This record gives sequence, structure tokens and C-alpha cells, in this order.
Amino acid sequence: MKKAKGFWLFLIVSIIVYGTVQFLISAGILNSFYSNTLIFIGINIILAVSLHLVIGITGQFSIGHAGFLAVGAYISAIFTMKLHLPFPVAILVGGIVAALAGLIVGIPSLRLKGDYLAIATLGFAEIIRIVFLNIDYVGGAAGMQVSHLTTWTYTFVCLFITILVIMNFTNSRHGRACISVRENEIAADAMGINTTFYKVIAFALGSFFAGIAGGLYSHNFYIILPTNFGFLKSFDILIFVVLGGLGSLSGAVISAILLTLVSTFLQDYPETRMILYSLVLIIVMLYRPQGLMGTREITDFFGKWKSAKGGN
Amino acid sequence: MEWVQQLINGISLGSIYGLIALGYTMVYGIIKLINFAHGDVFMIGAFVGFYAITGWGLGFFPALLLAMTVCAILGVLIERIAYKRLRNATRIAALITAIGVSLLIEYGVIYVRGAQPEAYPNVLPNKSFEFFGAQISSQSLLILSVSIVLMLILQFIVHKTKIGKAMRAVSHDMDAARLMGINVDNTISATFAIGSAMAGAAGVIFGVYYTKIEPLMGIIPGLKAFVAAVLGGIGIIPGAMVGGLVLGVVETIVSALGFSLWRDAAAFIILILILLFRPSGIFGKNAREKV
Repeated sequence: MKKAKGFWLFLIVSIIVYGTVQFLISAGILNSFYSNTLIFIGINIILAVSLHLVIGITGQFSIGHAGFLAVGAYISAIFTMKLHLPFPVAILVGGIVAALAGLIVGIPSLRLKGDYLAIATLGFAEIIRIVFLNIDYVGGAAGMQVSHLTTWTYTFVCLFITILVIMNFTNSRHGRACISVRENEIAADAMGINTTFYKVIAFALGSFFAGIAGGLYSHNFYIILPTNFGFLKSFDILIFVVLGGLGSLSGAVISAILLTLVSTFLQDYPETRMILYSLVLIIVMLYRPQGLMGTREITDFFGKWKSAKGGN
Repeated sequence: MEWVQQLINGISLGSIYGLIALGYTMVYGIIKLINFAHGDVFMIGAFVGFYAITGWGLGFFPALLLAMTVCAILGVLIERIAYKRLRNATRIAALITAIGVSLLIEYGVIYVRGAQPEAYPNVLPNKSFEFFGAQISSQSLLILSVSIVLMLILQFIVHKTKIGKAMRAVSHDMDAARLMGINVDNTISATFAIGSAMAGAAGVIFGVYYTKIEPLMGIIPGLKAFVAAVLGGIGIIPGAMVGGLVLGVVETIVSALGFSLWRDAAAFIILILILLFRPSGIFGKNAREKV
């Protein structure tokens, strides 16, 4: 009952946000710079939320998320540019192939823990990037021309679905199993939870949405280069999640919005941007290692009328 | 005969990886932290050597010593400022701080001096002579001997001196070492100083050998040196050296076979295979997990 209410609220808020922005764009009040920034924010939120599922909910420290972004970007670009299929199909296929890549990477490497897992995912992401660098069909180092197809509508629909799926997954039985893996893997194992299964599922789901973001990303930039998907990109996504608070979906969303805005306005000063980024990262880790929101969600701050209704 | 040549190139490259890997392996052995900033200490070493040679007209060995000193101080500063308070924090917090420090050093250097590369001056006499039909330059011999001497010094420090004994004790059991009256903080700082000095030396050697340096040059050798450390068994000092040499030789062979674009992938494939089949590395012992 309560959950259904939350869903309708979420739906109404998103329709209002979508309608307002779409109205402003079609009325010409927002110029193409702002609408591009909004699309970019949407893509970054999808990336942040998909990595949040892997790191924040399941506690598996992956720092190779840009690899799956690259898979989605290249596969969807091949489907639109070489096979001339419609854009929504290309996005979906990009996501599915990225999820398969996530399975291939995840099944062997999720046996590792902590630092070793981090390094293995970084290695896999680099291998994916080098593979694309060496395939002449997709342009190799010179990159691949992609037409501009991403619109605010596509971005918002993908964003809506991503957040809805990940929110519902987290609140489901499977999501609670993932959280128990994060809290204590051995205890979860002892309680009869198939930890490997849940780790791989979370990893593949995260890769799927990273692939979706990849499809939007490649059709927003006219050209994709293998160098766009190096580990600096992985670190960018990681920073969204860590800064927002490991385990907080709304934290990941908020930090993705803030950091994208900051880096858009600092894009003429890339060094300053990176210095600021790294200083913020170090200072947050030293003085608030749980991130801005910790594991709380933004709805927890409206807790008074929530707790008045009983429940948890 | 070309193979002998490639082997020698591989060993020269591998000894540079080995020198960087020593710092990774020592730091990981003592505080279980992947010091991502280590590759950037290597870069700083290369630049200090460059400015010492071109700006002050120093020779190779004084520049090497200067770079090692500066890097040792930098390593201790990084440890004291960024890592010390994270000693009891989660692994993720420590790793992300290390990434942050690494980005800060890279882009700090770009901010100060720009991103343009520099050409390293030629400071060593370059004669080459025949050896089983292969051309060996005196430069690569000198580089190899410098690396070997540095490693012997390191072995001596770790196994024969008091501070080395303290390091081994702290890496074995930090709490027990503290109870025995060892100053753990100073020992960890000393580890960072020695490891960073090795990376600084590797930076100067890299500059002399490859003649081109730039502010982002530390990323890829840093990652590969980490691969070398894992390959040899992380925390084991001779392992880092052997891992570095193996990695250097493999990379050179991959390039020589005509797959030079796949060279970087080779290192990561080795890493993943090692992690999957023998995570404790060539020289490591299997540690059983305790609950």
C-alpha cells in the first residue's frame, strides 16, 4: 500500500520534471547548450546509479565501469550506423551486450575480493578498450562517426526506467540478499544466500544500465574514441557514487547532478577541474569517509510524517 | 640473433618495472594499501632528474641521487598527510584517497608546467658492442647494473639493518610489533621513503632510456608495475623484481611478434590469469581465510 503510494508520487514528480523541461526546450527557452547539459546529466545519473548497485548495494568494488559504457556505446553505434536499425533497438541491444560482457567479466572475477577485485575490473576495462582500439570495423584509434540521435525524451525515459528498476530491485528480496552480501559475505553465505549468484546478478544488471548509458552517450557526441573510455572515465563514475555516499541512491543522483554541473562550467579549465575533483575526493575521504549522504536516502529526511504512519 | 636483442630490451624494460614494483609491494606488504600515487612519484622522479640535468648541469649519478631524495620526501609527505589517518578506515576509502592523491599530483604538475612532453638530455655515453650477434648499448648495461645495485642495497636494508627488521615485523603483525616497542608510524614512513626513492630512481632511468617524459607518463608504468608486483606475489620483495622482469620480457616479445598495439592488453591479461589461478603470485604462499 505504502510502496504503491511512493511509486505514484515518483511517477507524478517525474512526469512534471519531464514535461517542464520538454516544454522549455520546445519553446526555445533552453538553448542547445543547456539541453545538452541536461542530457549529459541524465547519462551520468544512469551511470552513477548503475555503479551504485554494484558498489553501494552489493559492496563489490568495481573500478572498471567505463568498459561496459564502451561496450554499450560501440554496439549501439554499430546497430544504428552500420545496420541502420532504429535507435531504441540499438540502445536495448547495447544494454544486453553490455550485460553479457558483465557476465563474462563478473563470473571469473567476482571470486576475488576487495583490492584484487578492483584491480581485476580495471584490467578488464582496459582490455575492452584495447580490443575496440584494434578493431578496424569500428574505426580503431581514429574513432567512429555517430549521428546525433539522443534527445531529452530518450534520456529521460531511460533514466526513469533505470531508477525505477534499481529502486525496486533494492527493495525486493533479491536486493536485501545483495545488501546482506555487502554487510557480511560469510554470514550471508551461512544464512543460505547464494552469494556468488547475487554478486553476478548485481554486476550484470549494473553493466546492462551502463550499456544503456553508453548508447545514449555515443549518440550524443557525433564521434566516439577508445580514449573516451579509459580509466579516468571509470574514476569519474566512481567519484559520483563515493561522494554521494556508498549505499545511497539519491546521494548518487545528487552528486552526479552537482559534479556534472561543476565540470560543465569548468570545462575550459580542465586542470583546475581535475585538481578540484581530486582535492574534494581526498578531503571527503579523510573527514567523511561514508560520503555526503551515508547510506541514507533523501526521503529519510522527511521521516516525521513517514514514521507517524508506523511501518519500519 | 634478433631474439637475444629483444630479450635484452625486455630485461631493461623489466628492470624499470621491477624498481617501481618494489615500492608497491613494500607498501602493500606493510599497510595493505594499493598506493595508486606510486606511478606519479615515478613521474616526479623523472622530472626532478630532468631539471637537475638540464637546469643545474648535474651528471647522471648526482641527478639520480637528487631524484631519489626528493621522491623519498614526497612519499613520506603523502603518507603523513593523506594515508596516515586512514589506517583504520575501510579499504575502499583508502583506495579512493590513493586515486585522489594520484590525480592531484598529475594535474598539479600539468597546472604548474603544462602538459607538453620534454626530451630527456643524453647524459650517458652511448657505445654499442656485439654480443652473440646482438647490439647491446652501454646505456642499457649501465641501467641494468644500476637497477641491480639498487635492489641489492634494498635487500641489505631489509634483511641486515634494524629498520629492515622493524619493517618485516610490522608487516607480519602490526599490533604485536607495537607491543614489542617498535615505532610503527616511523617504520611505515621509512617504507614509503624507500619505496618512493626506488620509484624516483626508476623515473630517471626511464627518462634516460626512453628519452621522452610527460606529466601523465606514470599511469601506465604504474599499473604495469602493480601487475608485476601481483605476479611475483605481493608483499614479497624478490617477487616484485622477478615479476617485473617477466612482464618486461613478455611485453617485448608481444611487440616483436607484431602485436605492438596489444602490448598493454598482454599485461592485463597476465594480471587476470594470475589473479584467477594463483592469486598469491609466483612466490606467494596460499593464505587461508579466517572468519
